[in-house]
Amino acid sequence: MSTHAHSDHHADHGHGHDHGHGHGGHGHDDHGHPAGAHGTFGSYMIGFVLSVILTVIPFWLVMNGTLDTATTTVVILALAVVQIIVHMVYFLHMNGRVEGGWSMLAMIFTIIVVVIMFAGSLWVMYHLNHNMMPGMTPDMSKMP
Amino acid sequence: MTTTVEAMHGGHAGHDTPRDATPPVFYVRDEHAHEAASTALGFWIYLMSDCLIFAVLFATYGVLGTSYAAGPTAKELFDLPLVALNTTMLLLSSITYGFAMLAMEKGRTAQTQGWLAITLLFGLAFLGIELYEFAHLIHEGAGPWRSAFLSSFFTLVGTHGLHVTFGSVWLVTLMVQVARRGLIPANRRRLMCLSMFWHFLDVIWIGVFTFVYLMGALR
Repeated sequence: MSTHAHSDHHADHGHGHDHGHGHGGHGHDDHGHPAGAHGTFGSYMIGFVLSVILTVIPFWLVMNGTLDTATTTVVILALAVVQIIVHMVYFLHMNGRVEGGWSMLAMIFTIIVVVIMFAGSLWVMYHLNHNMMPGMTPDMSKMP
Repeated sequence: MTTTVEAMHGGHAGHDTPRDATPPVFYVRDEHAHEAASTALGFWIYLMSDCLIFAVLFATYGVLGTSYAAGPTAKELFDLPLVALNTTMLLLSSITYGFAMLAMEKGRTAQTQGWLAITLLFGLAFLGIELYEFAHLIHEGAGPWRSAFLSSFFTLVGTHGLHVTFGSVWLVTLMVQVARRGLIPANRRRLMCLSMFWHFLDVIWIGVFTFVYLMGALR
C-alpha cells in the first residue's frame, strides 16, 4: 500500500506545476473552493500520523494505568481536543478562509452552544443528584 | 462602448432622451461556479446541527454514565483492545477516503473507485466490530434496558453507528454513480460532501472513545 501511495505522490509532483498555473488565473476562486477540495498527500499523511499518535497515547495510558486516574482523565481529554483540531485542520481542511470565513463562524457558534449546553447540563445535574438524592449518589453504584 | 452610445443618442436627438438613461447593468459573476461552494457551506451547517445532536447525547451520557442501577459498570463491560481495533478501522477509513479525494482531484476514476472500495471495507469492519460488541453486551444481559448508563451508552454509540451505516450506503450509491457517470462535477460535489460527513464521523468517534470508553474504564 505504501509503494502505491508513494507513486501517487510523485505523480502529483509531475503535474503540480500545470495545475498551479491553471488555478493562478482566477485566484478569487480560492475563497469559494469546496471545503473537501484542499489537501495534498503530505497533509493527509501528517494528519494521519498525528492522529495515530494522539490515539495510541490515551489508550496506552488507560490500559497500562501509568498515571493516577485524575491526571489520566485530564491528559486524555486534552489529547482528544488536540486530535479533534488535527482532524479539523488536516482532514476537514478547516481554516478561517473557507467560504469566506462562514464555515469557521458556524463552527465557532456550534462550539459555544455545545460548551454552554454540555457544561451546563453536567453542572446542573451533578448538583441535582448531589442535593436531591443522598441515597443515589455514585457511591451506591460501587456496590455489587 | 461610449462612442457607440453617443452615436446612438446623436441619431435620436429629436426624442429628447437624457444622456444617462442607459440602464445600469449589474453582473452576477460566477453564478454556477459557486454552486459546489454553497453546497459545501450548506452541508457544513448540516454537520454542525448533527454535532448538536451528538452533543445532547454526550451530555445525556455524561449525566447518566454512572447510574448503573446496581448493574454492570463501564469498567466491567468495556473491552478496550476491541475499542482500539475499532478506532483503528475508522481512522484507516478516514485516510483512505482522503486518498480517494486526492485521486478524484487528479481525475483518476479507477483509482478513486479503488480507494472508495477500501474505505467501504474499513467502514463495514467498524460496523461489524461494533455489532459484535453490542451483541456481546446484550448476551451478557447488559442491554439498553438494564440501566440508565447502558440506555445512554447504546443511544450515543448506536447513533454514531447508524451514521456510519448511512454513510456506507451513501458511499455505495456514489460508487455506482461514479461507475455510471464518471467523475462529473456533480459527482465530485457529492464525493466532497460525503468526505466531510465521513471525516466528521471520525471526529465524533474521538469524543466517543475518549469520553465513553476510556473515561468509563477509568471510573
